[in-house]
Amino acid sequence: MKPTDTRHPDYYHKVVDCQWACPAHTDVPEYIRLIAQGRFTDAYMVNREANVFPGILGRVCDRPCEPACRRTRVEQKPVAICRLKRVAADHKDEFRARLPKIPKLRNGRKVVCVGAGPASFTVANDLMPLGYEVTILEQLAEPGGLMRSNIPSFRLPQSVLDEELGVIVGMGVDLRLNSPVRSLRELLEKGGFDAVFVGSGAPKGKELKLPGRAEGGANIHIGITWLESVAFEHVKAIGGRVLIIGVGNTAMDCCRTSLRLGATDVKVMARKPRQFFKASDWELEDAEEERVEIVVNRSPKAFVVEGGRLRGMMFDVMEYDLDARGRITAERMTGEEFLPADDVILAIGQENAFPWIERDFGIEFDKWDVPKVDPVTYESTRPGVFFGGDSAFGPKNIIWAVEHGHQAAISIHQHCQGEPVTARLAPGVTLQSRKMGMHEWSYSNDYNPAERRLVPHVSLKERFKKLNIEVELGFTPDQTADEVQRCLNCDVQTVFEAKLCIECDACVDVCPTDCLTITHGGEEADLRTRLKAPAKNLAQALFVSEPLRQTGRVMVKDEDLCVHCGLCAERCPTAAWDMQKSFVHWPHAEDQPAPCHPQVKTA
Amino acid sequence: MTFIPKPKVRHPSLPKNDLGFTRRDYEGALTTLCAGCGHDSITAALIEACWGLSLEPQNVVKLSGIGCSSKTTAYFVSGGHGFNAVHGRMPSIATGANAANRELHYIGISGDGDTLSIGLGQFCHAIRRNVNMLYLIENNGVYGLTKGQFSASADIGTRAKKGDVNQQAPIDPVQLAMTLGAGFVARSFSGDKEQLVPLIKAGLRHQGFALIDVLSPCVTFNDHEGSTKSYAYTREHYEPAVQADFIPFEREIKADYAEGEALPIVLHDGSRIVLRKIDQGYDPTDRIAAAAHIQERLKANEFLTGLLYVEPGQREFHEVNGTPAGPLNRVPYEKLSPGSKGLEKIISRYR
Ligand SMILES: Cc1cc2nc3c(=O)[nH]c(=O)nc-3n(C[C@H](O)[C@H](O)[C@H](O)COP(=O)(O)OP(=O)(O)OC[C@H]3O[C@@H](n4cnc5c(N)ncnc54)[C@H](O)[C@@H]3O)c2cc1C
Ligand SMILES: Cc1ncc(C[n+]2csc(CCOP(=O)(O)OP(=O)(O)O)c2C)c(N)n1
Ligand code: SF4
Ligand code: SF4
Ligand code: SF4
Ligand SMILES: [Mg+2]
Repeated sequence: MKPTDTRHPDYYHKVVDCQWACPAHTDVPEYIRLIAQGRFTDAYMVNREANVFPGILGRVCDRPCEPACRRTRVEQKPVAICRLKRVAADHKDEFRARLPKIPKLRNGRKVVCVGAGPASFTVANDLMPLGYEVTILEQLAEPGGLMRSNIPSFRLPQSVLDEELGVIVGMGVDLRLNSPVRSLRELLEKGGFDAVFVGSGAPKGKELKLPGRAEGGANIHIGITWLESVAFEHVKAIGGRVLIIGVGNTAMDCCRTSLRLGATDVKVMARKPRQFFKASDWELEDAEEERVEIVVNRSPKAFVVEGGRLRGMMFDVMEYDLDARGRITAERMTGEEFLPADDVILAIGQENAFPWIERDFGIEFDKWDVPKVDPVTYESTRPGVFFGGDSAFGPKNIIWAVEHGHQAAISIHQHCQGEPVTARLAPGVTLQSRKMGMHEWSYSNDYNPAERRLVPHVSLKERFKKLNIEVELGFTPDQTADEVQRCLNCDVQTVFEAKLCIECDACVDVCPTDCLTITHGGEEADLRTRLKAPAKNLAQALFVSEPLRQTGRVMVKDEDLCVHCGLCAERCPTAAWDMQKSFVHWPHAEDQPAPCHPQVKTA
Repeated sequence: MTFIPKPKVRHPSLPKNDLGFTRRDYEGALTTLCAGCGHDSITAALIEACWGLSLEPQNVVKLSGIGCSSKTTAYFVSGGHGFNAVHGRMPSIATGANAANRELHYIGISGDGDTLSIGLGQFCHAIRRNVNMLYLIENNGVYGLTKGQFSASADIGTRAKKGDVNQQAPIDPVQLAMTLGAGFVARSFSGDKEQLVPLIKAGLRHQGFALIDVLSPCVTFNDHEGSTKSYAYTREHYEPAVQADFIPFEREIKADYAEGEALPIVLHDGSRIVLRKIDQGYDPTDRIAAAAHIQERLKANEFLTGLLYVEPGQREFHEVNGTPAGPLNRVPYEKLSPGSKGLEKIISRYR
């Protein structure tokens, strides 16, 4: 193996598992340390810079960071990264003064965003401080996209949405509600905009065309449409017995919402066994806590309608054969089952739909009728028209919508400045030592064996009284104090200087998780078997040093289980190891070179 | 000094020994030695060896004198017994303890100062009595604990940190042990665990006195240029002569040595040491020839390392003295205590 090039911007970034997994590259360990110090506003701002909506995401983020967290490998449960984000948001002080200043002089460029979801709001957030005039056109009467219309208020209170969207609107965004865009061509030709961002989401719920669908129609609902009707108070009740078809996150919101609108017997019907469910574990747990029954191996067969009214549904009872790796190799039906129901909600997926985009003026669609979008620049096949969020590559989640927004904003900026959209700054990493003294580090380096804290919930008796009672209460101060100490500070990197090493083995011997080995060089596959503890997790890198001075052997570090305790650096007599905080610079529009166009004053 | 203890968290796939313990279960207290001290590497080798032999921690006895090296006993097998004797007196304590209970594993840890100056006489007599123990010298050429004065193992011409040059001839514990008749004599280096760990295992299994002189740089007072016991100097001048692989009784010898190259030595318990000559002219079973060879190489400033002399089957302390077969705490009281009449009889023999 060649010596590792730690100057490559990905090397240290990858070591911070959570930050690497976060689509927006939030500096998680940094904000957790700030929370530990009670610096909630600082923690909020570190978040906001990357993910724009810490209060929202601290409640409902899909949190890809948590399964990636190193703590899952060292013990089992990840750090409660998402819930700590909420702590920062809930306890922050006034922060508006710290937001980027909006220049009085505009740069003369106008950008329009279609749809007021998180993707469009991120574009506005990034472009307003650069002097752009940003207009957001939204068909609904409220901004927020699915965050407003679909994510139930018992998970995400309106007040939190209002605050974080309000900050961006307050930058001077021209937000036009009740303004559906009916023709993109018209918008382009008559709107006078320099660029268009399509952040219209994936608004179409999938249908289930089975016998009885039309006859029972009055009591058969499409999940996302039904949730929207509930959110805007067009629907206020549902029957006592409800069947939810599908077992993704939308299904979880539908079943829990039903319970709050009068249902008493709610079943979520899944075609396959539990290990194939799409819903996140925590969403399933929350639903089951509310006594929702999840029924597996039932494939919908027909809606049963009698006397013009839905009576229930007929299902095929399924059986599956699995192979050793748990994949389905065969399926068969073993019988039928009828389940009575007053209402059925279909929650089997969403699709993109662009009835308002003409197909004849340069925006190409693929064979699934999805627009062709560049995965780096988010530009469509028509220059100046960009896509992001669910509208770009199908339904994802909020944090992805935010990152798409950041990237699209860079492209829009480049486009409006007449620069190629592909001329983007590369990410970078800088390092800063955390050494304070002989054995003092400016971070808490001791491993804390505390177990993950559980967020307290409103009691089952209380929570159903109103639709918008937020179920999660957030961490108590004591819980916060414990949970922050679980973070392993993966961003405080072990940085090695080969020419200083005298091969005394002190670091190798002290490392609690046997990460380090001094040995003869070799190919990676062979090296992985020759370490103090075999490096079996191929997803985690091996660091290999330059040859050491005295013997020509190499220092090898398996990044997999390093707990960043700094003991290697503490025991090293020559400071060949140092603990250095990595700052990942993930460029946003503001980092691109300054515009060189004349600035104009607008009213 | 390290201020946070080594956290208890461990690699989830650490191997377990026959007792179900991982290496981490053989650790001791947090070291207070200087960061980078060779003694700490030896500690790690001791941990590895005790774990590898699946020693029951409560059957390990750790004994030492005074010195940085002598503090080592605190840093491994915290479940074992320990005794910190006065300076240079560890061999007496070891002899006494061993006399009382022959079934435990005795590990004596000493320094070049502790052994070759104040404790030289004690050292010699422990060899002479062939006490069944592993005697490990952490040899750094200085009195580390008292801030780096030359010890009796300092080579002529070696330079102290402040510039003084040593003019007195060193005492080499290896040569001394050879002349005193020791049956297991080895030299190693703290920076070479591949060599050291099997030596410790073999020494622990050897019946009788087993000496390992381990060159162990003092990173604070004797790791500068001009020192003949620094990491760099040791690496340049140490020469493995015989590689010893330790093979426990239950395991078969893997035939990965070329014919004639490997020499298996069978120990009393059936376990084996397989010697592999690196220096072809060296014979670790011929005391006189080996001694001559060691001396010759020392003259050329080369430290020969490895298992330098081995002679299994010597009669150890208990055999020579015809002591009871088990530990004294299992000898019935009536047998152990002669009673007042019996005592009279014994005393009358000396009248
Ligand atoms: C039930 C449900 C629960 C979810 N829960 C979570 C969760 O807990 N965590 C998570 O991260 N993600 C969740 N998601 C997904 C998440 O909400 C979306 O991925 C995210 O909101 C997508 O953002 P966006 O900006 O692309 O578009 P959207 O949020 O979909 O917003 C698009 C907006 O564009 C408007 N619009 C569409 N067409 C036009 C037009 N022609 N003219 C004007 N306006 C238009 C729409 O009215 C809408 O307001 C959930 C989704 C659903 C359906
Ligand atoms: C009776 C007595 N004399 C002198 C001393 C002072 N003293 C403490 S340690 C030491 C020498 C230790 O040298 P060594 O055994 O080589 O151990 P090191 O610290 O080098 O590992 C001396 C002379 C003492 N503690 N007791
Ligand atoms: S331990 Fe902390 S820094 Fe490391 S992956 Fe988990 S949250 Fe991120
Ligand atoms: S910081 Fe150093 S000693 Fe601590 S776990 Fe990582 S490599 Fe090991
Ligand atoms: S402690 Fe320092 S000098 Fe010693 S082996 Fe490790 S990196 Fe090298
Ligand atoms: Mg010494």
